[in-house]
Amino acid sequence: MSAHSTSSPLKMYFAVFAALLVGTALTVFAARLDLGPFNAPVALGIATVKATLVALFFMHVWHASEKLTKLVVISALFFFLLLLGLTMSDYATRLWS
Amino acid sequence: MRDNSTVAVHDPALLHHFAEPQQQRDAASLGMWVFLATEVMFFGGLFCAYLVYRRWYFGDFAAASKSINMWLGATNTAVLICSSLTVVLAVWAAQTARRTLLIGSLVLTMLLGFAFLGIKGIEYRDKFVEHHVPGASFSFEHEEIPGHPGQYANPQHAQIFFSLYFVMTGLHALHMIIGLGIFLWLLIMAWKGRFTPEWHTPIEIGGLYWHFVDIVWIYLFPLLYLIDRHK
Amino acid sequence: MSMPSAMTQPPIPQAAERENYLNKEYGAWSWLFTTDHKRIALLYLISITFFFFIGGFFALLIRLELLTPAGDLVQADTYNKLFTMHGMVMVFFFLIPSIPAVLGNFLVPLMIGAKDLAFPKINLFSWYLYIIGGVMMMHCMLTGGVDTGWTFYAPFSTNFTNTKIVEAGLAIFVAGFSSILTGLNFVVTIHRMRAPGMTWSRLPLFIWAHYATSIIQLLGTPVIAVTIVLVAAERALHLGIFDPKLGGDPVLFQHLFWFYSHPAVYIMILPAMGVVTEIIACFSRKRIFGYSFVAFSSIAIAVFGFLVWAHHMFVAGISVYSALVFSFLSYAVALPSAIKVFNWTATLYKGSIHYDAPMLYAFGFLGLFTIGGLTGLFLAALGIDVHVTDTYFVVAHFHYIMVGGAVMGYLGGMHFWWPKISGRLYPEGWARLAALIVFIGFNLTFFPQFLLGYMGMPRRYYDYSHMPEFQVLNVLSTAGATVLGVGYLLPMVYFLWSMRYGKPASDNPWNAAGLEWKTTSPPTTFNFDEEPVVTWEAYNYEELDAPHKEEVPVAR
Repeated sequence: MSAHSTSSPLKMYFAVFAALLVGTALTVFAARLDLGPFNAPVALGIATVKATLVALFFMHVWHASEKLTKLVVISALFFFLLLLGLTMSDYATRLWS
Repeated sequence: MRDNSTVAVHDPALLHHFAEPQQQRDAASLGMWVFLATEVMFFGGLFCAYLVYRRWYFGDFAAASKSINMWLGATNTAVLICSSLTVVLAVWAAQTARRTLLIGSLVLTMLLGFAFLGIKGIEYRDKFVEHHVPGASFSFEHEEIPGHPGQYANPQHAQIFFSLYFVMTGLHALHMIIGLGIFLWLLIMAWKGRFTPEWHTPIEIGGLYWHFVDIVWIYLFPLLYLIDRHK
Repeated sequence: MSMPSAMTQPPIPQAAERENYLNKEYGAWSWLFTTDHKRIALLYLISITFFFFIGGFFALLIRLELLTPAGDLVQADTYNKLFTMHGMVMVFFFLIPSIPAVLGNFLVPLMIGAKDLAFPKINLFSWYLYIIGGVMMMHCMLTGGVDTGWTFYAPFSTNFTNTKIVEAGLAIFVAGFSSILTGLNFVVTIHRMRAPGMTWSRLPLFIWAHYATSIIQLLGTPVIAVTIVLVAAERALHLGIFDPKLGGDPVLFQHLFWFYSHPAVYIMILPAMGVVTEIIACFSRKRIFGYSFVAFSSIAIAVFGFLVWAHHMFVAGISVYSALVFSFLSYAVALPSAIKVFNWTATLYKGSIHYDAPMLYAFGFLGLFTIGGLTGLFLAALGIDVHVTDTYFVVAHFHYIMVGGAVMGYLGGMHFWWPKISGRLYPEGWARLAALIVFIGFNLTFFPQFLLGYMGMPRRYYDYSHMPEFQVLNVLSTAGATVLGVGYLLPMVYFLWSMRYGKPASDNPWNAAGLEWKTTSPPTTFNFDEEPVVTWEAYNYEELDAPHKEEVPVAR
C-alpha cells in the first residue's frame, strides 16, 4: 500500500461519509418528486456517484499506486455493461418489426 | 542477485514463494480486486434479469416496490455507509498502530452488519406475513399500479419482482454474513495483536470486500425500493 | 545444428535419483496436502483423465445407438441422458480444466521464473472444489442423471423434467468456482511473480494464452453460476423468472447461459493455441512470426468472445436486429484466430521442421482447427444457420474445434512437456503412431457429421429411421470413434510405461527455448536453485542452435 500522511485521510473519510449520507437522503427525496422520465436516471446517477466515492476513497482506488487496480475495476464494469447492453439489444428491438 | 536460500533478516509473515513483503502485499491486493471483479459479474446476471423485467412490467414492478418499506431500506443504506466508515477507520488504525481504535472499529463494523441483517429480517418477515414471498402461498391481488387508479398489478409479474427482490437481497445478505465471518476472524487476530503497521494486509483486503458489499446495496436500494415512489 | 529430437540426447546417468518434486516426499498425505503447483497439476491430470473416460464412455454409447436408424439400443429418455452427461462431463470436467489445470498449473510458474503460483493453498483448494463437484456429478449420474442437454434450457429444465437438475447444477457451480480460482491465481501470478528481466514482451505466448483464458474464466463463470442459482430457485419455488406461463422469458435463460458458455469455448481453445505456439516454434527452430500479433490476438479473442453469445440463439426468438449485430460480431471474432493461423504458418515457412510427436499434434491442430473455425463462419451467417442449426453440422463444427483442436493441443502439450513433468522420455515411435491414429480416427468420426448435418440429420435424436439413408455415414462415424478411442488409449499406456521404463530425460531434450527447460527434468520443488534473471528475448532459437553457442549460465 502506498504510504500517505496519517492525518489527512481522516478528514477525507469523514467528508466522503457525509457525502454518502447526503446522497442517500437526496435519493429518497428525489424519488418522491415527479421528475418525469428522469426519476430512474437521477436515482441511478446518485447511486453511481456514491459508489464511485466508496471505490475511489474508501477502497483507495484514487491513490492506487498502480494503474492495474483501475484497469481491473474498469474491466469489470465494461463486461457488466456489455452483458446488460447486448442483452438489451435483443429486448429493446423485439417489437421493431 | 537475491539469494532466497539464506535465512537472514526475514519477515516472519513472508511466505516462501515470495521474494519480498511488498510483492506479497501486492499479490494479495490484486487477488482481492480480481475476486471482486468476479463478484460484479455474479450480481451482474441478476441485475440483467432485473433490467429486462422492469422494462417489460414497469407498472407491476412499481406496485410491488411500493409494498416494501422504503424507510427500512434507507435506514439500511445508512447503516452500511456507517459500516464502511468504520472499516476505513479500522484500516487507518492498523496503519497507525492504534490498537483500541482498531478493535473498536472492527466491533462497530460487525454490530452495524448485524443491525443490517436484523432490519433485513424484519423486512422479510413483513413480506412473509403479507404473502409476498414467491411460491405456493404468494398473493398480490387488488394492488393498484401507482399513477393508474383502477388498474391492478398482474400478480404473476409482481411475483417476478419479488423473486428478484428475494434472490438479489438474499444473495447480498449471504455476502454480508460471509463478511461478518471474515470480520470476526479479523477481530480475533487484532485482539491477539497480530497486526502491525508493516503488516495488516488481511484488514485491507477484508475492507475491500466489505466496501464492495456496500456498493452492491447502494444500487439495490434505489432499484428495488424507489420505483415510481412519487405516484 | 542442434536437433530437438529427444531420441538422440546423450544418456543421463541417474538423473531421476536426484531430489525433485516427485521424490521429495512420499505418501498420500504429501500429495493430498501439497501446495506445490507441480503436484497439484498431477492431481488434476489424474482427475481429468478419469472424467475423460467417463465422458468417452457416454460417447461410445451414443455412437453405438446411432449405428442403426432405429432406436434400438436404449430408450429415448436414456439417450437424452447420454448426450447430456457426455456434454456436461466433457465440457465442465474435462475440457475447461484440462490444459490450464494440468499444463498451466505445472508450467506457468516455471515459464516466468517463479517458485510457485501466487496463492498455492488456493490452488490446492481449487482442486478439492473440482473433486467435490466431480463427486456430486458422479452421484447425480449414478442416481438417474439429467436429460436436458448440457445446455439445460428453461422451461424444460425448470418446469417439466424430473431429472436431477439441481444436483447437476450444483456440481457445475462448484466446478466453476474451481475454474474461477485457477484463473485468479494465474492473473495474479503473471502480474506479480515474473522473474527479473521477464518483461511482458519476453513472456512465452503460452503465458499470454493462459492470461487471456483466465480473464474469461474470471468474468464469464460467475454469470453461469448465478444462472444456475436462478434455475435451482425456479425449480424449488416456481418463481416464474423463466416460465412463460408466469410472465417469464425462457430466452432470458439462454442469454444468461450463453453469456458464459460461448466464452467458455474460448477457455477451451486458447490454452491449446498457446501450446501449439510453443511446439511450432520449437520444432521449426524459429521464433514465432509476429509475436505481438499473436499475444494481442489472444487478448482480442478473450474480449471479442464475450460479444457474440447470441449466435447460439438465432432461431430462439430474439429480435432479428439483435441477430444481425451478433452475426456481424461473430465474423469479427474469427479475425484474431485467423491471425494466429497465419502467424503459425509463417513461422513454419523456411523453418527447419522436425516431425516429432508434439509437432504431429500441432499440425493436426492447424488443419482441424482451421476447418472447425471456418465452419463456424458458416454458422455465423444467419441464412445458413437457419438451415443447419440443431443438426449434426453444428455437432461436427464444435467437435472439430474441441477435439480436433483443444484435445490435440492437450495431447501435443503432454508429449512436449512429458520429459519435464516426469523426467522420462516417452517412446517416440509409438507416439507418432498414436498421433496418426488419432488424426485418422478423428476425421473418420466427425467429417461424416458435417455431411449428415448439411443433409438434415438433427442432433440429439436417438432414432433416425425416417431417414435411413443416413446410416452409412453414421456407421463410418462410429467406426472412426473406435479408432479414435484406440488412439487415445495408446498414450495413456505408454506414458505410464515410461514412468518406470522410459529413458531418463535431460534438462532440455528438445533444446527448446523457455525458462522451464533451464531447470532439471523433473524440477525440484522450488523450481530453480537461484532466481533466474532474464536477459534474452522469447524463442531465441537462433542462439540455441548457433554452432558454438555459449549457454547463458543459469546455475541450477
